[in-house]
Amino acid sequence: MTAVPILTAHDVNIFYGSKQAVKNVHLEVQRGSVNALIGPSGCGKTTFLRAINRMHDLTPGARVTGKILLDGEDVYGPGVDPVNMRRRVGMVFQKPNPFPTMSVFDNVVSGLKLAGIRDNKRLMEVAERSLRGAALWEEVKDRLKTPATGLSGGQQQRLCIARALAVEPEILLMDEPTSALDPASTAKIEDLMSELKKVTTIIIVTHNMHQAARVSGTTSFFLNGDLVEHGVTDQIFTSPRDERTEAYVTGRFG
Amino acid sequence: MIEPARRPPSRGALSSQGDRVFQILILALASIIVLIFLLSLYQLGRESLPALQRFGFRFFTERTWNPVAGTYGAATMIMGTLLTSLVALLISVPLAVASALFVAEYAPKWLANPVGYLIELLAAVPSVVYGLWALFVIAPILGKWQTAFFLNPDNVGTITRCNELWASQQTNLQCFFVPSGAGGRGLALAIIILTVMILPYTASVARDVIRLVPADQREAMYALGATKWEVISRAILPYARAGILGGVILALGRALGETLAVAMVIGDSQEILKSLWGNASTMASVIANQFGDAQETIHRSSVVALGLSLFFLSVIVNYVARLIIARLTPKGIQ
Amino acid sequence: MMSTALSTVSRSSAKLSPARRIRNTLMGGLILLATLAVVAPLILIFLYLLREGVGALNLDFFTKTPAPEGETGGGLLNAILGSVTMLAMASVIGVLVGVAGGIFLAEYPRHPLMPTIRMISDVLAGIPAIVMGLVAYGLIVLVFGFSGLAGALALGFLMIPIVVRTTEEVLKLVPLNVREAGLALGLPQWLVIMRIVLPAARGGIITGVMLALARVAGEAAPLLFTAFGNPNVNFDPSKPMSALPLEIYRGATSAYDENQRLAKAGALLLILLIFATSMLARYVTRQRK
Repeated sequence: MTAVPILTAHDVNIFYGSKQAVKNVHLEVQRGSVNALIGPSGCGKTTFLRAINRMHDLTPGARVTGKILLDGEDVYGPGVDPVNMRRRVGMVFQKPNPFPTMSVFDNVVSGLKLAGIRDNKRLMEVAERSLRGAALWEEVKDRLKTPATGLSGGQQQRLCIARALAVEPEILLMDEPTSALDPASTAKIEDLMSELKKVTTIIIVTHNMHQAARVSGTTSFFLNGDLVEHGVTDQIFTSPRDERTEAYVTGRFG
Repeated sequence: MIEPARRPPSRGALSSQGDRVFQILILALASIIVLIFLLSLYQLGRESLPALQRFGFRFFTERTWNPVAGTYGAATMIMGTLLTSLVALLISVPLAVASALFVAEYAPKWLANPVGYLIELLAAVPSVVYGLWALFVIAPILGKWQTAFFLNPDNVGTITRCNELWASQQTNLQCFFVPSGAGGRGLALAIIILTVMILPYTASVARDVIRLVPADQREAMYALGATKWEVISRAILPYARAGILGGVILALGRALGETLAVAMVIGDSQEILKSLWGNASTMASVIANQFGDAQETIHRSSVVALGLSLFFLSVIVNYVARLIIARLTPKGIQ
Repeated sequence: MMSTALSTVSRSSAKLSPARRIRNTLMGGLILLATLAVVAPLILIFLYLLREGVGALNLDFFTKTPAPEGETGGGLLNAILGSVTMLAMASVIGVLVGVAGGIFLAEYPRHPLMPTIRMISDVLAGIPAIVMGLVAYGLIVLVFGFSGLAGALALGFLMIPIVVRTTEEVLKLVPLNVREAGLALGLPQWLVIMRIVLPAARGGIITGVMLALARVAGEAAPLLFTAFGNPNVNFDPSKPMSALPLEIYRGATSAYDENQRLAKAGALLLILLIFATSMLARYVTRQRK
């Protein structure tokens, strides 16, 4: 591939106070791919993910150095407004977190509605497209006006995916999106990812190696804040170059 | 199934510019809290200045409070405030802790909830309603007992002796407990009503900290073969001690500043305390009873100086209470 | 030696001695008695006011002003309307500053002024109401004279720390990940607070405001030298205004039976309103959970 990567991380270091959580990470992510970040807990994979849409701005004492380029533009560059930047990056969290006081419909279009878009016809279009995109439309089309908190856990998580899709993100960050879900809901969301990469790029943090093997095209293995190895998923799982990667994917530690 | 985006999403409609404006607005409104505190301090300080300048530290140690002579010393009412508050605290703490134990440890849920709720309502009854009840219901009961004391021929000797002692502005331990009037009002009634009023404060804090005592503390003690009371006295109360103390100090803060109920029943006398049943006053009751009638600057200023003292007293007491509670809380929650 | 001692201990604790059994029962009984003693005053007060006050809670009570001293009849219309007017004005101050203070404490925990504002709010909560009355006297009455505004200001000051505390508490109950979801959508923090977090905490904030209102509605001490009282109906905040607790205070300490009768009826009305408010607040809180 010769196209400009949608995401480039260059010498990224992340600190919590004096403790360094991510060290000298270099990473390129291609458009329309699914990329898995794996590694034992505390290895820095979620920390790195949250640096991409500047969620660390909200954590006291957290500091990011280096460059993260989104479509060639440094997200930490001078004059970049983190609020505007976050609109280009979608995020799905570990636990489903629909907005508690809003209906299913209002949740999906909340990003647009709160940004001041009032055109109901357009909102309805976006809602349907996003809910279809999150494979939830058929289940909720008759109860769009009911509270989002009435949905099951798996439906709530797909609702959160639809909410992220509605603002048409260039990249979708998923932080262990199935860790709080049952196997059936997990399977639905895994199936969904292969569809989603047609419209966006996915970076998924997962503690489940089988999930990484099933859904991703490329995989990055983190250990103690280092990006140990990055490559095509098949290669990472079948013939890793680094012995630490091998130890992890074969289950010898972690 | 998924169509590609038809329109570029709207961007730049929002930015973090609004955040700065919002934060300033919120901060400005929140700063009014600080402003109120500073204004209160300034206002009270300014108005009590004449009295504090004239009397200096003697204002707090001098016992004569005489508007006619223009002499103002607050020692008697400081005594009154401390005496009523501490005695009320002494009586109410065991009762409050017992009721907290009942709600948290003994009562079944269907009973614990309503009882806990009744105790909360006790805190919601306005001071003036307590005062009204004390005046119309408790005072006559006390008065009846006092009358019976005076009519009992066996007491004539004691009464004569105490009256002589009181006339010379003195008292002793026995006379302190002899009634000096038959109206029911006075220091004792103030203590009774204050006890009732501060009960719910200690009780609700005690209940909350007792509920925070981890189950394993109880179970460990039960596993040793302890009875329920032994679990309470050796596991629960020691664990909840600091939190209960915080609640007690919070209740003390309430008691020190409690005004109308006390003002209505205490009798508003600034003379030296001679009998538990006699008329007396507290700092707060003097403010309520005299500020409206105080004509001369020095009188008014002396009353405000009492307010300033109460202000500082309650700031210190509440600060200490919060400190104790805050220090306990993380331990209790984890 | 050691093992003997251990086995003695275990044997003796295997059976409950009569002394321990009796103490256990005795303390249980005492705790029950103490609890009865704690709740008894509430029940006694309520029954007393019901018996003495309910007869006076008639149409006149709600539609007339007090009769001149020594005459019979009349009601507390002036006090009811005065209380409502002053509480409405107090709410404006209490809710605006209180909710903003709660938002500040809950949403800007890293702000350097946060610990100061939290501490001062806690300290204000403990300042006796009568002292707040003196403050409002100095601020307003010395300049404009006795007025409903001065009374409302004192009541509003008293509401603020209560509203701050409950607002902060309920805002903190809104999970962090809900805030993060909003921010990750590219919404600025102020929109996340106003449109997502605040609505989620609305029920709790309303409960807090109601409880604060119930608390200050019964305060007479801060009104003594501010609102002062007024025998006539008055809506003008620059003039003296009456309030229910003020009339209860004056009536209870008055020598006239008629004033005492109105005071008892007023006290009954006041605690009925306060109890209803707390019950409603409790009901709303339970519904949410």
